[in-house]
Amino acid sequence: MPLRNDIKKVLVIGSGPIVIGQAAEFDYAGTQACRSLKEEGLEVVLINSNPATIMTDPDVADQVYIEPLNTDFIKKIIEIEHPDSILPTLGGQTGLNLAMELAEDGYLDRSGVKLLGATPQTIKKAEDRQAFRETMMAISEPIVPSGVVQTIEEAMELATEIGYPVIVRPAYTLGGTGGGIASDEEELREIARTGLYASRVGQVLIERCISGWKEIEYEVMRDGKGNVITVCNMENLDPVGVHTGDSIVVAPSQTLSDKEYQMLRSSSLNIITALGIEGGCNVQFALNPDSFEYAVIEVNPRVSRSSALASKATGYPIARVAAKIAVGYGLDEIPNSVTGQTCACFEPTLDYCVVKFPKWPFDKFVYANRTLGTQMKATGEVMSIAQNFEAALMKAVRSAEINMQYLCLSKLTALSDGEIDELLSHCDDERIFVVAEALRRGITPQRIFEITKIDTWFTDRINRLIEMERRLSSETIDRALYDEAKTLSFPDNVIEKLSGNPAPWYRYASFKMVDTCAAEFEAQTPYYYSSWDEACEVQPSDNKKLIVFGSGPIRIGQGIEFDYCSVHCVWATRAAGYQTIIVNNNPETVSTDFDTSDRLYFEPLTPEDVASIIEAEHPDGAIVQFGGQTAIKLAGYMESMNLPILGTPAWSIDAAEDREIFDRILKDCGIERPAGGTVYTEEEAVDMARHLGYPVLVRPSYVLGGQGMDIAMCDDDIREFMGIINRVKQEHPVLIDKYLMGKELEVDAICDGETILIPGIMEHIERAGIHSGDSISVYPPQSLSDHHRDAIVEYTCSLAEALKVIGLVNVQFVLYNDKIYVIEVNPRSSRTIPYISKVTGVPMVDLATRCILGEKLADMGYGGGLYPEADYVAVKVPVFSFEKLHNVDTHLGPEMKSTGEVLGVARTFSESLYKGLLAAGMKLGSSGGVLLTVRDTDKDELVPIAERFQKLGFELFATEGTAGYLNSHLIPCQMVRKSHEPQPNIISLLDSGKITYMVSTSSKGRQPWRAEVQMRRKAVERSIVCLTSLDTASALVQSLESGIQVADIEPINIALLSRRK
Amino acid sequence: MKARLILSDGTVFEGCSFGAKKLVIGEVVFNTGMTGYQEVLTDPSYFGQLVCMTYPIQGNYGVNDIDCESHQPWVSGFIVREWCHQPSNWRCQRSLDLYLSDNGITGIAGIDTRRLTRILRERGVMVGAIVPGNDTDIDAYREQMAAFAIVNAVPAVSCNQTIVYPAEGEILFKVALLDYGRKQNIVRSLTRRGCEVTQLPASTEAKDILSGGYDGIMLSNGPGDPAENTQIIAQLKTLMQSGMPIFGICLGHQLLALAAGAKTEKLKYGHRGANHPVKDLRLDRTFITSQNHGYAVVFDSVTPDMGQVTHVNLNDNTVEGIKYKDLPIFSVQYHPEACPGPADNAYLFDQFIDLMKGGNR
Repeated sequence: MPLRNDIKKVLVIGSGPIVIGQAAEFDYAGTQACRSLKEEGLEVVLINSNPATIMTDPDVADQVYIEPLNTDFIKKIIEIEHPDSILPTLGGQTGLNLAMELAEDGYLDRSGVKLLGATPQTIKKAEDRQAFRETMMAISEPIVPSGVVQTIEEAMELATEIGYPVIVRPAYTLGGTGGGIASDEEELREIARTGLYASRVGQVLIERCISGWKEIEYEVMRDGKGNVITVCNMENLDPVGVHTGDSIVVAPSQTLSDKEYQMLRSSSLNIITALGIEGGCNVQFALNPDSFEYAVIEVNPRVSRSSALASKATGYPIARVAAKIAVGYGLDEIPNSVTGQTCACFEPTLDYCVVKFPKWPFDKFVYANRTLGTQMKATGEVMSIAQNFEAALMKAVRSAEINMQYLCLSKLTALSDGEIDELLSHCDDERIFVVAEALRRGITPQRIFEITKIDTWFTDRINRLIEMERRLSSETIDRALYDEAKTLSFPDNVIEKLSGNPAPWYRYASFKMVDTCAAEFEAQTPYYYSSWDEACEVQPSDNKKLIVFGSGPIRIGQGIEFDYCSVHCVWATRAAGYQTIIVNNNPETVSTDFDTSDRLYFEPLTPEDVASIIEAEHPDGAIVQFGGQTAIKLAGYMESMNLPILGTPAWSIDAAEDREIFDRILKDCGIERPAGGTVYTEEEAVDMARHLGYPVLVRPSYVLGGQGMDIAMCDDDIREFMGIINRVKQEHPVLIDKYLMGKELEVDAICDGETILIPGIMEHIERAGIHSGDSISVYPPQSLSDHHRDAIVEYTCSLAEALKVIGLVNVQFVLYNDKIYVIEVNPRSSRTIPYISKVTGVPMVDLATRCILGEKLADMGYGGGLYPEADYVAVKVPVFSFEKLHNVDTHLGPEMKSTGEVLGVARTFSESLYKGLLAAGMKLGSSGGVLLTVRDTDKDELVPIAERFQKLGFELFATEGTAGYLNSHLIPCQMVRKSHEPQPNIISLLDSGKITYMVSTSSKGRQPWRAEVQMRRKAVERSIVCLTSLDTASALVQSLESGIQVADIEPINIALLSRRK
Repeated sequence: MKARLILSDGTVFEGCSFGAKKLVIGEVVFNTGMTGYQEVLTDPSYFGQLVCMTYPIQGNYGVNDIDCESHQPWVSGFIVREWCHQPSNWRCQRSLDLYLSDNGITGIAGIDTRRLTRILRERGVMVGAIVPGNDTDIDAYREQMAAFAIVNAVPAVSCNQTIVYPAEGEILFKVALLDYGRKQNIVRSLTRRGCEVTQLPASTEAKDILSGGYDGIMLSNGPGDPAENTQIIAQLKTLMQSGMPIFGICLGHQLLALAAGAKTEKLKYGHRGANHPVKDLRLDRTFITSQNHGYAVVFDSVTPDMGQVTHVNLNDNTVEGIKYKDLPIFSVQYHPEACPGPADNAYLFDQFIDLMKGGNR
């Protein structure tokens, strides 16, 4: 079947902001699919609220709308663009849910828009619990005994029938939001209540708990003719019970015999056939470790995190092929772009082992509950490839950037054997290291299996690593032992550490190709991983070559923005005629797509791993400024390898981070910064803070996302924060600065060594003290005087010049008492680059890369100074994943907490703010109650805000102190009792559904047991908009006052902005 | 213990010995299946071959008594990157190493199997030797290697006696299975469908088969060069004209084609794995198949009066299935009985049953 002739213009729905459970994998899938559609000559219309994505680039789609992802806006866009079809299977659960809503209310039929890839019936069969059960029963596929309930009472009844423990899974949610395992009636009551609330359709599934069974996944594809194939299967090291997003996953399965492999493969193919999916599908199974008994756990009729992983693990481009199938092609008509000679209708075969390792945010959220269960908590993941499982696991641990070189978590070494044995039963992010420590103590794989249900195959393999550690620390290292250690991927520094001697040899790795076919056919796409064989498959070339380092796993503070920058840098260097090599280890990203670069190395971003690549490729230079802190950290090593760093030199990066050098530069430039100094110890910190006077800002140097950063009001705060920072050994001093509570401003600039172009200035709604990644940011500034603007431009130029910036630089300012201070300078790309590039139409990474390669801005048609303002106001609003992370305080501060962002673009500030807040998922109700509870220092400022809420017709509630204060200012406000007081109190008020907004600030937070923290957590559970800064509250009121209605808002085609150039 | 793999082109791989420790010479081939080593080892079609598995970690789930495709392993040697010392599976009875040494099969581990695969892909399959121990005089084996050929393969693996396998449930049909080196799952696939299967030695004469009261004839897979089986081919000519439904698999398919007048050729490096796409031209559907063959029927030698090519391999367009003109006879080059590999093609056994019912194809 060729391309359908009734399809000319396709609307693709993206997945929105990065949240836990829905990360960069959908940008990867969406980008690949859009390009695959455009290749067919189809016009692609894209909607996504997330500006940090490649898919929202004007080169990727023809018409681009960065708008709130809800049916109102999709309908508006359909009415403007008149697409003939929608492809809903690429935007994760968000895209699928939206398509379902449009189909269910008959809108698609009325407007004559077809749904591609999956029909509403298909989606319902896979997503609706009852329909899914019926479908599985009809084709005799086993499922876990379970039932769907709509009330807590029904849940209790059913659980008694099927027996505890039971798993609660809400229908239509992503990442299992609101689910959990209940082992008794009391737990069930609590979990069922949140689950019912989280579900879009008010349904939860109660099922028998089969935790401890093997968890196996299959990625399968089907075309319109009915051809079916398996792309990859995967085995979770962690058995059923841990969300697959939080599991260590290995591909292909390791402990399944052919009989088991084929049994589950056939089942997957039966399921995709029965559902009638045209495209890709993920099937998750539980397999009894002691029999052929299995159960289908879940089916996702769309591309997913697992399909991204399967694509990267095998080289098979699932999203690309799914898009081709959706527009009519058969699998047998689509070429395999990796081999170039075979077709997409085959099953990849691997001749290596792949390990996926999750990246959790617990380094940031020190008080979060780290227990892993059915609710996903990881923000990102890394993947590694090796010729054995042990090496792949070692590489994954290195890639995860958790300060570990091998499976040795130092804090465990002090524990007794008994404590280690006890810890094995705690399933959290560190359990794999506990397993390693247990093996080190001689606890047997069998014993570990009894406690953890981790198959002994895996523990035996980890035991080989432990055995090697033992040999390295006790034997004389001869060549054979060294080589054996290398094949298990022991880095030289670990070999040296364990042996206590310099390694007697140093070897570079050789490289093998990922080719989908285990070398059966010649491959066209150079995609490599390291091995320790003699034979290296990298063909040396004489081209001009550059190496670009990616940004590793997605984490809070270093998100998809840095992948956006890396990809654009690669594209720009390729366009300039260089052969470009990218090194990265994140399977979710566009940068690791097989055709983004000329050569892709899927490797840990450590000096030793990178050195082998440099040895194999002999590049002419390296670019480090686009890959976030991960890439920047490699800069120093490039010099020792005699590889030139192109663009801003390494010393500038140090200069910007080194307190003394930077102070000197500022002094030379005549720029002021908040007073401060550097310290190493707790006592020095206390002295420094007292010297500066509280409040002060405390932060470690060389971090992104303000990790470990906080505002200290007193000595005790300093001691607490220093304690947290020093949990990880610090190579650099801690910075203590006087905290100035003023307006925060930020610029990103491009410098060619002579001319400096500032595409735009951003103004933060929240005053300094809230991390720039967590504040609402507005372009262009709405309240900046000309002389302050001039000062910002001037300071940026002189700093860029002093730091010899070639490429990008990001500068953050605070306006305090009518004076501009510099807070920090980052001579590298920042997280605001994608959004500013899109709204100003200035392709910043492209220009910066060309500057790095020696071009001048003038030759590219750009002048210096501040670029003319765009016709639109763009408001970037952060998005958090608080509902996934229990115990985390939602109060914003200097340490970043958001996982993603959305953009509101409109002609006026009020409208773009409204769009931004809407896109961030806030329910902007115009009536109801507002609950106010603020710290004493905020009470004065609260008065006008409260008054404005009241004038808008909201009913005000407040806790005792706040209520009294407002009443004394003649604002009517009802007092509410605190949470520890008898009901009705603040908790029952939040439960009552009366509250639309909550404004809560407290002078102390973080610790989960504090009443304020629990109250804010309650708001998260009840999806009540909770603001923890008066500036945000004030902005929200302003937006409500403008009386904007969704009906009046017009969507804006961003692609037109970029094309005006 | 050390071991070496020597190829006839002079390439030498250094590795470690596992399994039995005796010198073996054979044709070196590679298999790309990620699971199913036990089925591969016991598939008689690998007679005379040194099989290299491209998946690097072999033996993960051990070896059991149930998953054997015949009563013994038939490969001459087994080549892996790494074998698993501590297998884990609820059905595991012994390690791969123990199974091989108990059965006298020589193995070599610790070699760069990807490099070996690339050599075979580029230069074609070739004769090789696995030499356990520290013997330095490699040249001594050159002559032996040069003289090596897989001959009389079918007689070597076929049964000597007739064996009757009862049908599961009621007997619907009686099938004569000609054992050229049959895999056990061909038998299972038929008995499960209500066939009483009488397994006959490869040398059984046509007249004895035709007088046996069978409803259909199944021609099994098997090893070696199909063209060397001249007597079998002669008997097949008679069987083909008998009007009896016949279904051929792999070697059975090649022998039918030769009996009908078509030709076979040796492929450069064959098809061995569980991921080969085969298009059923009549259904316009593509199926993932399990394959193990070094020879194929020459496409152009299948003339229209003989029959039509019904299945082709999407990777290299080789013949994968033939339906004979006006005769109730069809055959496929691949393995619908799976084991190892996908079970997606079991529908072909149903078609054979339909033929025996007198249905048209």
